[in-house]
Amino acid sequence: MNRKKWIGNIVKYTLYALVATFFIWAIANSYFDYIFTQSGTFLVLLRQHIVLVLVSSILAILVAVPAGILITRPKFKKAEWLVSNVANLGQTIPSLAVLALMISILGIGFKSAVFALFIYSILPIFRNTVAGIDSIDKNMIDAAKGMGMKPHQILFRVELPNSAYSILAGIRTAVVLNIGTAALAYVVGAGGLGVWIFTGINLFDNGFLISGAIPVTLLAILADYILRKIEYIVVPKGSRRIEKA
Amino acid sequence: MISFKNVTKRYGEEIVAVNDVDFTVEEGKIVVLLGPSGCGKTTLLRMVNRLESISEGEIIINNENSKDLDAIELRRKIGYVIQSNGLFPNMTIEENVMLVPDLLGWSKKEKRERFEYLMKLIGLDAKDYGKRYPHELSGGQQQRIGVVRALAADPPVMLMDEPFGALDPIIRDKIQEEFLQIQREVKKTILFVSHDIDEAIKMADKIVLLRNGEIMQFDTPSKMLSHPKNEFVSQFFGKDRAIKSLSLHTVEDLQTIIGLGPVDESVQDTKTINIHQDLRNTLSMLMNQEADQVVVKNDQDENIGTITIDLVQKYLHFEIKGKMSASQEG
Ligand SMILES: Nc1ncnc2c1ncn2[C@@H]1O[C@H](COP(=O)(O)OP(=O)(O)O)[C@@H](O)[C@H]1O
Ligand SMILES: [Mg+2]
Repeated sequence: MNRKKWIGNIVKYTLYALVATFFIWAIANSYFDYIFTQSGTFLVLLRQHIVLVLVSSILAILVAVPAGILITRPKFKKAEWLVSNVANLGQTIPSLAVLALMISILGIGFKSAVFALFIYSILPIFRNTVAGIDSIDKNMIDAAKGMGMKPHQILFRVELPNSAYSILAGIRTAVVLNIGTAALAYVVGAGGLGVWIFTGINLFDNGFLISGAIPVTLLAILADYILRKIEYIVVPKGSRRIEKA
Repeated sequence: MISFKNVTKRYGEEIVAVNDVDFTVEEGKIVVLLGPSGCGKTTLLRMVNRLESISEGEIIINNENSKDLDAIELRRKIGYVIQSNGLFPNMTIEENVMLVPDLLGWSKKEKRERFEYLMKLIGLDAKDYGKRYPHELSGGQQQRIGVVRALAADPPVMLMDEPFGALDPIIRDKIQEEFLQIQREVKKTILFVSHDIDEAIKMADKIVLLRNGEIMQFDTPSKMLSHPKNEFVSQFFGKDRAIKSLSLHTVEDLQTIIGLGPVDESVQDTKTINIHQDLRNTLSMLMNQEADQVVVKNDQDENIGTITIDLVQKYLHFEIKGKMSASQEG
């Protein structure tokens, strides 16, 4: 046990040291300068990025969670494997291919990017919703029925609270992935911080690259943090899992 | 009262889980459904609260045909306890126990009072335990909560599917006693599933012994032990069924019929036993006993005599074997 902890700590602090070194190196070379010298552009790109992520994530949640709930109802149980497989298949298509397809349908711009990101976020949320609900002890549902709870009462008072952890974890995964993937929105002309990242790559300009990539990373870390806090508030105390790492 | 009228349950074309079952659970009595695994006990039980549909026949609950009632309302009037307790981990103990009253729209005050009363029944502190979550309780405590949850809205009828099956023997014994004590107070009409012969003998006013979905015998425990109707029944209860039947008799019964031995005040090494103790436990105590004398005490804590293995054997011979042989002749 102790040995494991030691190794864990060494890895952790080594990583911290690397990150710190990186920042010192980047600042020393004034790679972050664009954020300040072109702060107007930066804020526009940042806003575009956040809007892309928010709109596509919210749409994905609104579709995937109800879909997950619906597919786990007894009536649709038989269709579950079919839907899951189709959704899985969707995930294996490369993001650029989805983008390319969207451009041909929706044209270049915001809509295509949002749609592609939306498609991408659906699966993790859907899968975790289904897994969360399916993992609930069947005896518990049986007890709920036997006590005379109506289907909607079972859903809202038993199934959802006890799968909240899994559903929110799915949303968190989707949003964090989404923040990274949204950098590709540049490709369809939907802006976002990807603009600077790709400019940096094309011009071999570390300044643009880092001024674009670091905010994306920080955004992902921030989203992860906020969503974990929300999880802590929303997941009922009794069904919270002992999952401290 | 629960009456089964020629009830049959089929799954598909092939499987007949329950076959033409006909019996009645009288008001305020416990009927135990007993039999090997897969004999249809759970299916029979779940047809009462309509968790399973009935293929043929009908079930009458307190003079109403179950199929004429709304399933949701029916279930709220029937307490339901399952082996794995089925407590909801997201709810506190109080929320769990008060779930049905909550569904029925009781006031806060009514719920509070009822919760305190129920917790008193099982000897747990309402204030302390009310706010805890199920995972913060031991298995035995969880199962007790499962039982009082079923009692919460004071339903006239209770269905219990191997409610104590997952507990270890010592705790199971205690909870069985405690439950019988509660039953003396609340007098529910109870259908109780068990695959444990000792549990059935202990809990049942009457036992329904099932095999492959058919009733082999429906009788009181003592009748079933002394007058097994067929080969299956006598084999099911085993060769030691005479000893098993001892648990239906108390030291008091023995005293009434053959009397106790005298107390020798000069003997130092003495152990005591209560007059209401059943004879099976008494016998095992006597057999494990290193004491020279076992003294019987009444409720006033007075020594009223001694008991020995010989006396128990004599009682077994006269009272139980006598009945058994009489049954074979008659
Ligand atoms: N949903 C079902 N579909 C098909 N067969 C079932 C179903 N439920 C129970 N059975 C069958 O019915 C019989 C009785 O089962 P059950 O009532 O659970 O027995 P017990 O509770 O006595 O162990 C078993 O043979 C079982 O396989
Ligand atoms: Mg069973």
